[in-house]
Amino acid sequence: MGRIQLKQVTKAFGDVVVIPPLDLEINDGEFVVFVGPSGCGKSTLLRLIAGLEDTTDGNIEIDGKDATGLPPAKRGLAMVFQSYALYPHMTVRKNIAFPMKMAGMDQAEQDRRIEAAATALNLTDYLERRPGQLSGGQRQRVAIGRAIVREPAAFLFDEPLSNLDAALRVGMRMEISELHNKLETTMVYVTHDQVEAMTMADKIVVLQAGVIEQVGSPLELYRAPRNRFVAGFIGSPKMNLLDGPEAAKHNVETIGIRPEHIAISKTEGQWQGTVGVAEHLGSDTFMHIHGIPGCDPLTVRARGEVDVTEGDTVYLTPQAEHLHRFDKQGLRIS
Amino acid sequence: MARAISRRKKIMWTALAWSLGLLIFFPILWTFLTSFKSEATAIADPPVFFMFDWTTENYTTVLERSNYPLALTNSIIIAVGSTILGIVIAVPAAWAMAFVPGKRTKDVLLWMLSTKMLPAVGVLYPLVLLAKWLGVMDSRLLLIVVLMLINLPIIVWMLYTYFREIPGEILEAARMDGASLKSEILYVLTPMALPGIASTILLNIILAWNEAFWTILLTTVDAAPLTKFIASFSAPEGLFYAKLSAASIMAIAPILIMGWFSQKQLVRGLTFGAVK
Repeated sequence: MGRIQLKQVTKAFGDVVVIPPLDLEINDGEFVVFVGPSGCGKSTLLRLIAGLEDTTDGNIEIDGKDATGLPPAKRGLAMVFQSYALYPHMTVRKNIAFPMKMAGMDQAEQDRRIEAAATALNLTDYLERRPGQLSGGQRQRVAIGRAIVREPAAFLFDEPLSNLDAALRVGMRMEISELHNKLETTMVYVTHDQVEAMTMADKIVVLQAGVIEQVGSPLELYRAPRNRFVAGFIGSPKMNLLDGPEAAKHNVETIGIRPEHIAISKTEGQWQGTVGVAEHLGSDTFMHIHGIPGCDPLTVRARGEVDVTEGDTVYLTPQAEHLHRFDKQGLRIS
Repeated sequence: MARAISRRKKIMWTALAWSLGLLIFFPILWTFLTSFKSEATAIADPPVFFMFDWTTENYTTVLERSNYPLALTNSIIIAVGSTILGIVIAVPAAWAMAFVPGKRTKDVLLWMLSTKMLPAVGVLYPLVLLAKWLGVMDSRLLLIVVLMLINLPIIVWMLYTYFREIPGEILEAARMDGASLKSEILYVLTPMALPGIASTILLNIILAWNEAFWTILLTTVDAAPLTKFIASFSAPEGLFYAKLSAASIMAIAPILIMGWFSQKQLVRGLTFGAVK
């Protein structure tokens, strides 16, 4: 079981309130991703759940029991750190065994779990090595191995992939998702990368300045962002947000349209603009269009190859059913 | 980028460095040479360098007239004992200051260091009276405690700087893994800080070994270490330079040899963290 409830949880460092009172429910077996720009309080929130930071106010319940005052070791959670935080003076085997040794588990059971974890994570050949002799990806696997042998109520991940190169990141992303499918244990995952959030999460929690902007499934957030901030943060490339005359036509402050929801034509369309930078990826073409009032440049994403170059005049038509509208406060109007 | 240095400058600087090194080493060399001279040659004017009748007579006399093995044993017990006691107290102290610093941590560190600026003689009477009242004068225990107290600020400071180099996330990981504070310090922090702890131990053994104010004043016979052993050859019997030199060489030889073998560790320890 791994159900985590935050009730009016507050965190202040001195006079600076980093997390104003916040409520959140994480259900058993859920993969929850905290996402937001750096400094939004997502890591602090994770550390509060872990018990590495004390709450200033409010309660944290794990499986219905109040865990607010419990030390990290007593919460039954495991954490994977951004820097991996492996013990450099121990072999991989001893690193993985450490939490079991601390729990006083008998040696035979320790060995059995180490073997199982090593097999699952492809670490069998490296058990006698030290962390310093491993690659970044292998170190990350050891950190995960150390977390799974405890069979925790929930896993906490603090930006675990940000130190890996791009190719490895995609691979590890898959591995963590597979691990979640296999173990069906609650996972709380912190990242600033919205692609990681979209691809891995059952539930995304978007944070800004310690405040939850929206909670929902990846596609809910994509389809119906609750405000301008979420609209701009979720989705890649970012949603185009237009102020001024184009928005006024819809009687709102701002309209939003995603780059993939704009049709492009060389002959006719609703808006006229000139092509700035065009990025040809083969599978897609990203175009930055200048000259459309209220949004400069406006990004357009088209499937496949589109034959445009810098300086071309093009016509754009947003798909009406995908238009997002926001009021003066930046809130969504449905 | 390598700087261009002319050949002449290079020779000049090298010569200067060597002269300085020799100047610093000269007293030890002179003591060494004197210890093999007869008393008459030792005070000869002009002084004789190498051309004299080498004799080991001084060493034999010194060994006959005093209890060198006891002094050596005392020195070892006092130096090692005070260092170990200091480390046991300083590790938790440095842990607290490095990983859970409070508002006043910096002040506490500076205040601790300020005790090193207090003239030792200022606490001589209180300490002697206390020791007499407790009946521990001329005991190894007293010297272990006193030398530990004197060197504790340095031990804490050194450990503090080494601990600061250890990423806090690793200790947090240990906490998440269920380690108690004791296990965290014992299984994670100490092994990682081992190079630093080792050089702290080495340096403090040297400091305790060479400490001559308290060791001379607080001992008479039973707990007298090598410092007292040297001193006993200087005062009452007039100036016996050759024997005094022999005693000195016997007193500094063990620590000199230890320092020589561990110099790599010492240098590494003293510059630990300066370069990654």
